Amino acid sequence: MKTYVRPMTAWWWRRNPFYRWYMVREASCVFITAYALELLVGLARLAQGRAAFEAWRESLASPGAVVFHVVTLAFVAYHAWTWFNVMPKTLPFVRLGGRRVPDRMIVVTAIGSAVAASIAVFLAVWWYRP
Amino acid sequence: MKTIAIECLRYNPETDAAPRYQTYDVPFTDDMSLLQGLQHVKDHIDGSLTFRWSCRMAICGSCGKMVNGVPALSCQTFLRDYHPGKVRVEPLNHFPIVRDLAIDQSDFLNKLESVKPWLIPAEAKTVAQGTHLQTPEQLDDYYQYSQCINCLLCYAACPQYGLNPAFTGPAALALLHRYNADSRDGGKRERMEVVNAEDGVWGCTLVGYCSEVCPKGVDPARAVNQNKIESTKDYFLRFLMPGGKVT
Repeated sequence: MKTYVRPMTAWWWRRNPFYRWYMVREASCVFITAYALELLVGLARLAQGRAAFEAWRESLASPGAVVFHVVTLAFVAYHAWTWFNVMPKTLPFVRLGGRRVPDRMIVVTAIGSAVAASIAVFLAVWWYRP
Repeated sequence: MKTIAIECLRYNPETDAAPRYQTYDVPFTDDMSLLQGLQHVKDHIDGSLTFRWSCRMAICGSCGKMVNGVPALSCQTFLRDYHPGKVRVEPLNHFPIVRDLAIDQSDFLNKLESVKPWLIPAEAKTVAQGTHLQTPEQLDDYYQYSQCINCLLCYAACPQYGLNPAFTGPAALALLHRYNADSRDGGKRERMEVVNAEDGVWGCTLVGYCSEVCPKGVDPARAVNQNKIESTKDYFLRFLMPGGKVT
């Protein structure tokens, strides 16, 4: 039987907003990796001594680094948001008192806990700042 | 009566090297579905237009099409929602086109067969021994997945299937899970080979669009991702189990 197979280009994701947001989620890993590498560099600088570490810390205050951190924060937040939203799909059905816990409840609890934990960490760091 | 432009992808394997588009102006009323619009074209304008349909009420799963780029059942899509714009109708994405809007489903049918979509009783029971009983909670474990009508909208929504047609895909894996999650079934061991395969659940990157487009409220993305856990357990637990067998 003769059939026609439509080719799929590298731009397949542009045609549908659902796919575009999926690609934003996937692209967020680039920024997350970059940030992880930055922390790793910081660790290496710390091992080299106080002067090296302070120089690394100062480099983080440059306008370019600040812009990078703001953009990365936005990507990390979106990344976390998307994965918390699909979290129920990765869990077996959760039942409490014989009733299934609604997916929405799981998502809200997870995001709520993450926000509360982030605020707690922020406050702790703020409290003990030098 | 209002009219709407329905733009159809046309492909005749006997004369065409590649598909083309043809637009028909179709008179419609507010209660008319896209399927009825296509039937109007076939009955009154162009009898050569080819498309699949049967039940007209979202039960049979044969009339799935790409409607303005979104996978949908044409019987469940209303022309009024697109007027005064036009509707572009194409065969379901990621499948080979046989003719016009009809796709070749044989790849899916082979995959469906590979997941053994039937109950494999853990132990055979005679009629005298009675029926297999099930609690409402046990029914709830798989009921949603059993609503699949094999319409293939989820495959048209899945870019991973488009990029790698060897991927077992959403509906077949959802039906695999429908039987594995059934308390009466004992065939999990036989199906794990499909789950664990390179083109099994690990071909999924959780785009999640399959579950969005499903017209029956099945959640294939959930079935696939539940089985990533099963596959991981299956892989690691074999080191702990005597004889290396799990389940």
